[in-house]
Amino acid sequence: MSDVTADAGPSGPLLAADGTPLKKKLAQTTRQAKIRALLLTAPLVVFLLAGFVFPIGQMLWRSIHNPAFSDVLPNLAVALKTWDGGGVPGEDIFEIAVADLKQSREDRSIGRAATRVNYELPGSRSLFTSTARKVNKIDGPPYKEKLIELDKDWDDPVLWSILKRVSNDYTASFYLSAVDRKYDVNGNIVSEAEVQQIYVKLFMRTFWMSALITFLCFLLAFPVSYLLSVLPLRTSNLLMILVLLPFWTSLLVRTTAWIAMLQSEGVVNDILVTTGLVGDENRAQLIYNQTGTIIAMTHILLPFMILPLYSVMKTIPPSYMRAARSLGANSLTAFRRVYFPQTVPGIAAGTLLVFILSIGFYITPALVGGQDGQMISNLIAFHMQSSLNWSLAAALGGILLASVLILYWLYNKLVGVDNLKFG
Amino acid sequence: MKLGLKTIIAAAVAASFGGAAMADGSLTAVSWGGAYTKSQVEAYHKPFTAKTGINVVSEDYNGGIAEVKAQVEAGNVTWDIIDVELSDAVRGCDEGIFEPIDPAILPPAPDGTPATEDFLPGTLVECGVATIVWSTIFAYDKSKLPEGPTSLADFFDLEKFPGKRGLRKTPKANLEMALIADGVAPGEVYELLGTPEGIDRAFAKLDTIKDEVVWWEAGAQPPQLLADGEVVMTTAYNGRIFNAVAAEGKPFEIVWDGQVWDLDLWAIPKGAPNMDNAIEFLKFSTDTQRLADQAKWIAYGPARKSSAPLVGKYNDGKIDMGPQMPTSPDNLKTAIQNDFEFWADNQDQLNERFNAWLAG
Amino acid sequence: MSGTGSGKSSTFVEFVNVQKSYDGETLVVKNLNLQIQRGEFLTMLGPSGSGKTTTLMMLAGFEMATHGDILLDGQPINHVPPHKRGIGMVFQNYALFPHMTVAENLAFPLEVRGMGQAEREEKVQRVLDMVELGSFGARMPAQLSGGQQQRVAVARALVFDPELVLMDEPLGALDKNLREQMQYEIKHIHENLGVTVVYVTHDQSEALTMSDRIAVFNDGVIQQLAAPAVLYEKPENAFCAAFIGENNKLNGTVTSATKTSVKVKLETGETVTALPVNISGKKGETTTLSLRPERVTVNPRSKSLPNMFEGIVQEVIYLGDHIRTRLDIAGHDDFIVKIPNSAAHPALNPGTKVKVGWSAEDCRALDAVASA
Repeated sequence: MSDVTADAGPSGPLLAADGTPLKKKLAQTTRQAKIRALLLTAPLVVFLLAGFVFPIGQMLWRSIHNPAFSDVLPNLAVALKTWDGGGVPGEDIFEIAVADLKQSREDRSIGRAATRVNYELPGSRSLFTSTARKVNKIDGPPYKEKLIELDKDWDDPVLWSILKRVSNDYTASFYLSAVDRKYDVNGNIVSEAEVQQIYVKLFMRTFWMSALITFLCFLLAFPVSYLLSVLPLRTSNLLMILVLLPFWTSLLVRTTAWIAMLQSEGVVNDILVTTGLVGDENRAQLIYNQTGTIIAMTHILLPFMILPLYSVMKTIPPSYMRAARSLGANSLTAFRRVYFPQTVPGIAAGTLLVFILSIGFYITPALVGGQDGQMISNLIAFHMQSSLNWSLAAALGGILLASVLILYWLYNKLVGVDNLKFG
Repeated sequence: MKLGLKTIIAAAVAASFGGAAMADGSLTAVSWGGAYTKSQVEAYHKPFTAKTGINVVSEDYNGGIAEVKAQVEAGNVTWDIIDVELSDAVRGCDEGIFEPIDPAILPPAPDGTPATEDFLPGTLVECGVATIVWSTIFAYDKSKLPEGPTSLADFFDLEKFPGKRGLRKTPKANLEMALIADGVAPGEVYELLGTPEGIDRAFAKLDTIKDEVVWWEAGAQPPQLLADGEVVMTTAYNGRIFNAVAAEGKPFEIVWDGQVWDLDLWAIPKGAPNMDNAIEFLKFSTDTQRLADQAKWIAYGPARKSSAPLVGKYNDGKIDMGPQMPTSPDNLKTAIQNDFEFWADNQDQLNERFNAWLAG
Repeated sequence: MSGTGSGKSSTFVEFVNVQKSYDGETLVVKNLNLQIQRGEFLTMLGPSGSGKTTTLMMLAGFEMATHGDILLDGQPINHVPPHKRGIGMVFQNYALFPHMTVAENLAFPLEVRGMGQAEREEKVQRVLDMVELGSFGARMPAQLSGGQQQRVAVARALVFDPELVLMDEPLGALDKNLREQMQYEIKHIHENLGVTVVYVTHDQSEALTMSDRIAVFNDGVIQQLAAPAVLYEKPENAFCAAFIGENNKLNGTVTSATKTSVKVKLETGETVTALPVNISGKKGETTTLSLRPERVTVNPRSKSLPNMFEGIVQEVIYLGDHIRTRLDIAGHDDFIVKIPNSAAHPALNPGTKVKVGWSAEDCRALDAVASA
């Protein structure tokens, strides 16, 4: 029954009937199938490269590479790289600075460089924009004196040490910002002032809210999936449609529906007030805060937990539980020792799915999150759309991406990716 | 996402109909929607089309230069002229997103005063031409608070006036108002905000009402919040409150104390597809009569001195618009103008602090 | 075989007037009365839907009887939950827990009974050795062949020394050769351990091979309960005759009857002498005559056979040990005769006429079934 595979003799490669080595022959005969498979997947591969790998690569690139300064003031950037730093540079660098500022005035591009420097030195933006507007008044040496005359801030050693830093296109500043750190004037990494710290807190909140949402989804989905898996097909199909119906409804519609349900003049509060559980003046604040985000997201993500759980449970025949019971286990032990372990692949897939979707969730917290229900993606959106600090948005996105990858790696270690069943 | 898609669709539509549209003469004007866009359509778009035959397509956005920056950087500009705030006009200009506009092309006042002298000081910038003066004020529902608040200090006084407050979800204007409510003279607000102590003081003042704040983002929200009873008073754009009162008969009252006024300007993005039409439209819509006409539809003050005497009554023929303007002398007593340079310098840092403060 | 004091004759399991309905409209099991002796190997045989599996599930405790009592060792167990009945069970698809090794599967019933680890390991090893899988303890069930899984399932049902083991079509998933081999193994285990086995199958040859007694189920009723030989030789009704073994059916009406013999007139007019089994004996009563194909003699030399007919050969199939011949007799063209492959067997070709005969005792007059 258990034949051991015969040891291949060490006497050299096996030959096919026509004398070619067997391996080569095999490769020849399967080549066509391989080419066909390659052609069939080629559109997807191209699509993935263009639509996924390339943009993400570009995003990651942007988070460490910001050439705004050297683009706008190229000669100054080159000069600063060779400058030994410390204090305020001499006339030669000021001459280059004035020339570059004049050029930037002509190109109307100083805003980009000013914005870049302003990230590192808040409040310095207007120094560049106003200087650029007036720099044409300087028509000859001494440049240093005249520039400082235009604005005395040019005489600030801190400014110049930061200019030297931003003259390098490659920077870790945005990643530092993304974890509430920054460079001080001497280039040491220090914490942001406490009142400015937000991202670490928000990452933590995003993770724990996602974990809570995942756990709630699991609690709600497990019994439902079980019921779906044991009910007769007709009934379970009907229930499944009830599960999927919200799945097919637009995310925006579902979120707004929750606003109608949970707002202080909403359905839930009206019921609470009518039944006398809550006084009219003490209506519960269920939305525009963390509670609202958690309720709405749990509901929205529930199908992602139910579907893998259901598909795994569907494959567990009732005879396992019966076997356990007949072997002397009470129903709790039978569930714990026999049924539950077999649902682990579904739980793993469901929690992974819900957790990863949660940490990137954006629309729902934006609409119902109020001030303390915001997640990290809302800040990413803010930097993409409002503050236009795309490099910081990219760094935050990069950290989010890395944490998802780490999570996946951990899961692989603990559960084994082969064991994941997504349905 | 949504905006991205909109842009893509707009680009696709422009690509398929672009040629024809340009030949016919049309342009896309982008503004803030609602009552404000309506006032522009009535005062600018309709007469412009009647005069030139150029069709004006109206599109809405929520402010900021992110979208137009994306269009310019992608080399696929679909907007021709945009209504922007002063700080965005300046920033967009510095970053080369907007076209410089020579003020010499603007029409002079009816008495021949050149445009550069007729426009209020500071309303003409390198890449933008102001049309109106608008203001962030605060308002309340008179039917609910008959003994209404009269000052910004009242807005921050939860004991005298308990209940929720509406504030725009941005540090801009909120920090200024917090300091004025805390007793800082309007003229010293920005000087104080330039110091760490001033910023701490402003946030400390905001802290006193933080738990009672409902944050709004779009201009149409505050009148709605007031009408729904979600808040007892809220900051708002004065024109929106005026329209809720004048057009919908809402019992709202504006408090002008400590108003923070700002400008809206036309800016033309670099590479606008209908550049010539856009310039024609710019010249047309910023003449003395057009700016005065707009005041028939919304309570924003015209940016030209010569328009002021022409401002009459609201389009119902009853309400005298003069006192409704942010620029009316009575309303300006404790007013401050939004300092775009302060915000350009400090918005990254203050946004971050504001977000941290919100999340905390 | 069993050494217990009460002996083999004592009743161990008893069904008293048991009924079961799932929907409140039809009875799946109709008034079941059945006594199973200690140490007995009893098989419930029947087509699907006959109620045999439901009966087994009621005994195991997974289904509640709608009416009546089930007694185990004299105690009513209707309200005893399955895990307290102490009954071993082998399931159709083995139901080996896929996330546990073979040894863990086997230790499971011992573990939930609170047995110490050392004792557990010893028992597991012993039972593994019993099913000749001594070195497979560390494997996962999925790494075993079907036959090996089957043996683990049997071992698991036995490892906690139950007195009663239920088997629900345990060999259904195996191929024919393995099935036959496993039949003997299970039979031997039963004989060696002396446990009581209730076995459910729809395969009659399996039932005949293994059982002490067979209960034939149809339509929720036990049709006949008897030892295999009796069941085959002396079916008491047309269903049993047809369900077990091959069987020629001849329909007719009774013309005259005594206690030991009955004359039946076939639809084609011929008269057959038969043994009255399941008829009242009234003249004119319709009956189905049952005759095993191997009890028919071809070209009988003796004139003593009461039934002699001439038929036409329709088909001849060579099967090695015997030759299966289909004849047309008395209007039935599906009359089967099995001729032993002896040196003297007659050479038959389709179309030739042949004489056949059979004794009255081999031809049983049973309750009438509608003719095909």
